Amino acid sequence: MNVLTATDAGFTGCTRCGRVWPREDSHCGRCGAKLHTVDRHGLQAVWAWWLAGLIFYIPANFYPMLLTQTLTGEQKNTIVGGAIELWRHHNYGVALIVFGASVLIPIGKFIAIAYLALAVGNERRRGGHPHLHLYEVVEFIGRWSMIDVFVVAILSALVQLGFVASIHPGPAAASFALSVAFTMLSAQSFDPRLIWRGPERVTSA
Amino acid sequence: MAETSAPAKLDPAELIACPQCDALHRAEHLPEGTRARCVRCKTLLIVPRERSFLHVIALSFTGMILMIGAIFFPFLEISARGLTHESSIFGVAMAFSDGWLAPLAFAVLSMIVAIPVFRFLALIYTLWPLANGQPAWPHAALIFRLAEEAQPWAMAEIFIIGTAVALVKIAGLAQVSLGPAFWAFCVLIIVTTLKNSFVSKWVIWDEIEQK
Ligand SMILES: [Zn+2]
Ligand SMILES: [Zn+2]
Repeated sequence: MNVLTATDAGFTGCTRCGRVWPREDSHCGRCGAKLHTVDRHGLQAVWAWWLAGLIFYIPANFYPMLLTQTLTGEQKNTIVGGAIELWRHHNYGVALIVFGASVLIPIGKFIAIAYLALAVGNERRRGGHPHLHLYEVVEFIGRWSMIDVFVVAILSALVQLGFVASIHPGPAAASFALSVAFTMLSAQSFDPRLIWRGPERVTSA
Repeated sequence: MAETSAPAKLDPAELIACPQCDALHRAEHLPEGTRARCVRCKTLLIVPRERSFLHVIALSFTGMILMIGAIFFPFLEISARGLTHESSIFGVAMAFSDGWLAPLAFAVLSMIVAIPVFRFLALIYTLWPLANGQPAWPHAALIFRLAEEAQPWAMAEIFIIGTAVALVKIAGLAQVSLGPAFWAFCVLIIVTTLKNSFVSKWVIWDEIEQK
């Protein structure tokens, strides 16, 4: 299928509201969003946020997420430790949710965004669909990693029973939240219109 | 809505470019019940909901009232060995307010309260005059665009799943009872989902531009 794009027709499409403008316009006259031509410049922002997300993901896994004090002593749990703890208490479903949201989704997201950003320009002109689906999954699912941050917030707010039991947030909560936010920004910076451009047209843009 | 084929005489005002793949289409008002997808990547471009503005306004007001209830009523309460402690939604965000985690408290409060409230208010502000056949109020375009851009950061539904996980984690430690704010929040998520299903971006942009 040979599809006429806004770029081919000498226009720039607004990615926020869909309105089409002459190439020389810098902002959308309807919604006010900045107009972006379809080129690789946006990939720098994708990689910058990606790297920031990765840097914060490392301490998020080494420092404790939760500090629990009970009558039997003090316990520090990392992200993976928290999931293992749930597994040991036979909460298999919840353990899998936590492991998926805090480990599988973030790591899958780093790989998927890097793959998409590297593959840009190497797709066949007609073969964009799998890449667009991957991008949509990454955009949709990335926010769900925030679950563990909310779990820490709720536990720390609620479990304040003096010497019987008290829970406090660990430093990993902040670095994990930042990592999730940065990877969300990385995915949002990726321009899916690049997927459809074909090799020679991406490089010449 | 047809794929364009004659680039010579294209009027950009009549066109819509797919935000996901840049394919050009001719924008048209469609009958209720139909929907227009991109010819190439199948992204939804136009879902006509011409008379849905009042639904969105009503649901946004409902959401606001539920959120006020969710903030002021107790959210969860635990008890163990004769000791009890309860927390509001506000208290949950403030769990991070000690020391250098403080910015995280602000972020959590934004994601579960401030951004959802902003989105409700923004939709009411944008759609109220349009529903009454009046021109859009000043800066409606900016406010509606910001509301759309803020959508991924409104995390009420993720927060409720987080609550469920937290309840499982506490189960062995203490008894937990769910407060009115918990139920208000659950209804809030249903109301938000329903409201989002009534929002047709293209129709709203078209109305903002024309009036
Ligand atoms: Zn626009
Ligand atoms: Zn498309």
